Amino acid sequence: MGGETYTSFLEYKGKYKGLLAWLLSTDHKRIGLMYFYVIAVFFFIAASLGVLMRTELIAPGQTIMGPQMYNGLFTVHGIIMIFIIVIPGLSVIFGNFFLPILIGARDVAFPKLNLFSFYLFLTGALLAVASQFAGQGPPDTGWSFYVPYSVESSTNVIFALTAAFILGFSSILTGINFIVTIHRMRAPGMSFMRMPLFPWSIYATAWIQVLATPIIGITLLMVIAERVFSIGFFDPALGGDPVLFQHLFWIYSHPAVYIMILPAMGVVTEIFPTFSQKPVFGYTAIAVSSLTIAFIGYFVWGHHMFTSGTSYFSRLFFSLLTFLVAVPSAIKVFNWVATLYGGSIDLKPPLLYAVAFIFLFMIGGLTGLIQGALATNIQVHDTSFVVAHFHYIIFGGMGFAAFAGIHYWFPKMFGRMYHIRFANIAWGIIFTGFNLFYFPQLVIGMQGMPRRYFDYLPQFNTGQFISTIGAYIMVTGLVMMLINLMYASRKGAPAPANPWKGVTLEWQIPSPPPLENFDVIPEIKRRPYFFGENEPDKS
Amino acid sequence: MTDHTVHTEHFDKEAGKLGMWIFLFTEMFLFGGLFLVYAVMRAQYSEDFHTAAEELNTFIGTMNTVFLLTSSMTVAMSITAIQRNERRLALFLVSLTLLLAMLFMVDKYFEWSHEFEYGVYPGSDVLKNMPHGELLFFGLYFMMTGLHALHVFVGMILLTINFIRIRKGSINQENFLLLENSGLYWHLVDLIWIFLFPLLYLVS
Repeated sequence: MGGETYTSFLEYKGKYKGLLAWLLSTDHKRIGLMYFYVIAVFFFIAASLGVLMRTELIAPGQTIMGPQMYNGLFTVHGIIMIFIIVIPGLSVIFGNFFLPILIGARDVAFPKLNLFSFYLFLTGALLAVASQFAGQGPPDTGWSFYVPYSVESSTNVIFALTAAFILGFSSILTGINFIVTIHRMRAPGMSFMRMPLFPWSIYATAWIQVLATPIIGITLLMVIAERVFSIGFFDPALGGDPVLFQHLFWIYSHPAVYIMILPAMGVVTEIFPTFSQKPVFGYTAIAVSSLTIAFIGYFVWGHHMFTSGTSYFSRLFFSLLTFLVAVPSAIKVFNWVATLYGGSIDLKPPLLYAVAFIFLFMIGGLTGLIQGALATNIQVHDTSFVVAHFHYIIFGGMGFAAFAGIHYWFPKMFGRMYHIRFANIAWGIIFTGFNLFYFPQLVIGMQGMPRRYFDYLPQFNTGQFISTIGAYIMVTGLVMMLINLMYASRKGAPAPANPWKGVTLEWQIPSPPPLENFDVIPEIKRRPYFFGENEPDKS
Repeated sequence: MTDHTVHTEHFDKEAGKLGMWIFLFTEMFLFGGLFLVYAVMRAQYSEDFHTAAEELNTFIGTMNTVFLLTSSMTVAMSITAIQRNERRLALFLVSLTLLLAMLFMVDKYFEWSHEFEYGVYPGSDVLKNMPHGELLFFGLYFMMTGLHALHVFVGMILLTINFIRIRKGSINQENFLLLENSGLYWHLVDLIWIFLFPLLYLVS
C-alpha cells in the first residue's frame, strides 16, 4: 500500500457509523461492493436451486421432487439468475466501482440516484424471494412469463412480475447514470477514442438498458392488468393475441442478452492487454463493435419466435439479422486472440478465466447460429440444446467474465491478494465441471430431450447422469473459489497498487482506492493500453 | 496526504438536464409499448374502435386538453420568471399549473365515475359482453389514461416540491435545475396526452 498514509474508501468514516456508513454511502465504490455482496448471495441461492434440479434429473422418473416443485425451481432459478444476477451483475458491480476510476472521475454523475437504484434493486430482489414463500406457492411459468399460462397460473406470478418491473426500473436509472457519467465526467484529454474499452462496453450496455427496459416494464404491467382485470390484450377468448406478448417480451429480452454479454466482453478486453503486456489489437474495431452489437441486437428478437407461427418473411428477416449480429461478436474474438499473439503472456487466474471465456463463448455463439438458421431451429427448439446454448453464453460468457473480473480487480477492490495457486486449481475444476455439465446437454438436446421436464426417457440417462456429475464438480470449484476470495478479503497479504503491471488508470492509484479516487484528476494524452514509453502516440 | 477525506457529491447542471432528457426517452418507450398494442388492435378491429370511441365524452376530453396545454405554458413561464428573479410571479405560475392539473384530475374523476356507473370498468361483465374490439378499446383506454393520470399525479407532487423550494429560496435565479427538469417532465405528460386525446376520443 505504499509508504504514504491515506484514507481508503474502505476505512473512511463519514457522517454515519458502522453498517449505516455503508448502507447510506453515496460513494460509487461502496455501492459497487454492496451490489457485489447482494449478487453473490443470490448467485449461491440460485445455483443451489440449479443443483437440486440437476439432482432430480440424475435418473429417469421422480428422484427427489415432483413436477410442480420442479416447475417452481426452474422458474425461480431463472428469475433470480436473469433479473438479479446476469442482467445487472457486471454493470452494477464493476461498472459502479471502476467506470468512474477508468475515465478519471471522482464519482458517477448522480451519486444519490445511484444509491436509490441500489435500494430499488434490493426491493425487487427481496420481492422475487418473497414470491417463493407467500401465498399460492412459487411461480411456475418460467422466467419468460409466457401468456396465456402466466395469466391462468394460480401461483404468485404477480409478485414475480412486480419484482421484475422494479428491477427493470433500477436498471434504467443505472443506465442513465452511466451514460451521463461518460458524457460529462471524463478526465481532461480523454476523448471517446481514448477511453478504455470497459467503459465503452458499459456505454453501449447503458443505451440498451435505457431504450429496451421500458418495453418490458409496460409489458409486465399489461400482464398484471390481464390477471387482475382481464383486459384481454393477450387473451384470444377476448380478442387479444398471445403472440403479441411474445413480441413485446422479446423486444426487451433479446437486447437484454446483450446487456448481459457486452460488459463481460468489456471486462475481458481489459484483461488481455494487461496479461500479454501488449496494446489491445484493433482498439477502434472493439469499441465500434460494442455499439454495432447494441444496435443490431435490438432487431433480432423475432428469432425466439420461429415456431410461434410468425410469417415466412419475418422469419427470414430475423434469421438474417441474427447471422449479422454474430459478425461484430466474432470481430471481438479475433481481436482478443490477436492481442494475445506475440505478447508476453502471464497465465494468472484472471487470464485463465478470460481465455476460458473465449472458448465457452465460441461454443455458445456457434450453437446460437444453429438456432438462428430456420431449418435447424425447428429441430432444436425447446430442447436442452437451447438450455446448453444459453448457459454457454450466459454462464460460460458472462459468468466466467465475472470471475475473471473479480480475480483481476480483487486486489484493487479489497487491497489484499488471494492465493494464486488455489485460484488456478479452482478455475480448473470449474472449467472441467462446466463442460461436463453442459456439453452432454447439447448432445441429448439434439436427440430430442425437451427442456423444462422433470422426467425423461431412459435413452437420455447417460447424458443426464454425466451432466449432473459435472454440475457437482463445478459447484465444488465454485465453493473453493468463494472460500479463497472470502479468506483473502480478510486475511490476504496486502496487495501492491499495481500487481499485474496494468497501465489503465485504476492501477495508477493505491489499493484500495482513496475515497475520492484521485488526488489530482489525471490528464490523458494518448490512447490506453500502451506498455512502455516508446510506442507511437496515435490519435 | 490531501484534503480529499470528505466525500463531496458531484453536481453538474448540464448532467442533470442530460439525465432528465434520457429519462423522458424511457417514458416515451414505456407508453410506446401501449401505443404499439393500440396500433395492432386498431388495425384488427377498426370498426369496433370507432363504435367504442363514440361512448367517450369528447367534451371532457377537450377540456382536459385545454387544461394540460395551458398548464404546460404556465410551467414554462414560471421558469422564465425564476430566471428573471421574479419569485412571486414564479410561485403564482407554479400554483396555477397545479390548479390546472387538479382540474384535469377532477375532470378525469367525473369521467371515470360516469363510466363506472354504466358498468364500464376494467373486468366488468358489461365489458365482457361487448364485441371483442370494444372490450379491447376500453382496456386500452383505461390502461393508457390510467397510466397517464398516474404521471399527472407524480407531476403534481414534483410541482408541489418546487413550490415549497421556491418559497424557501433553495430554487432561485442561480439554481433552478429542479424546476426546469420538472417542467420538462410536465411537458412530456402534456405531449403524451396530445397523442392519447385523438387516438381515444376523436377516432369516432
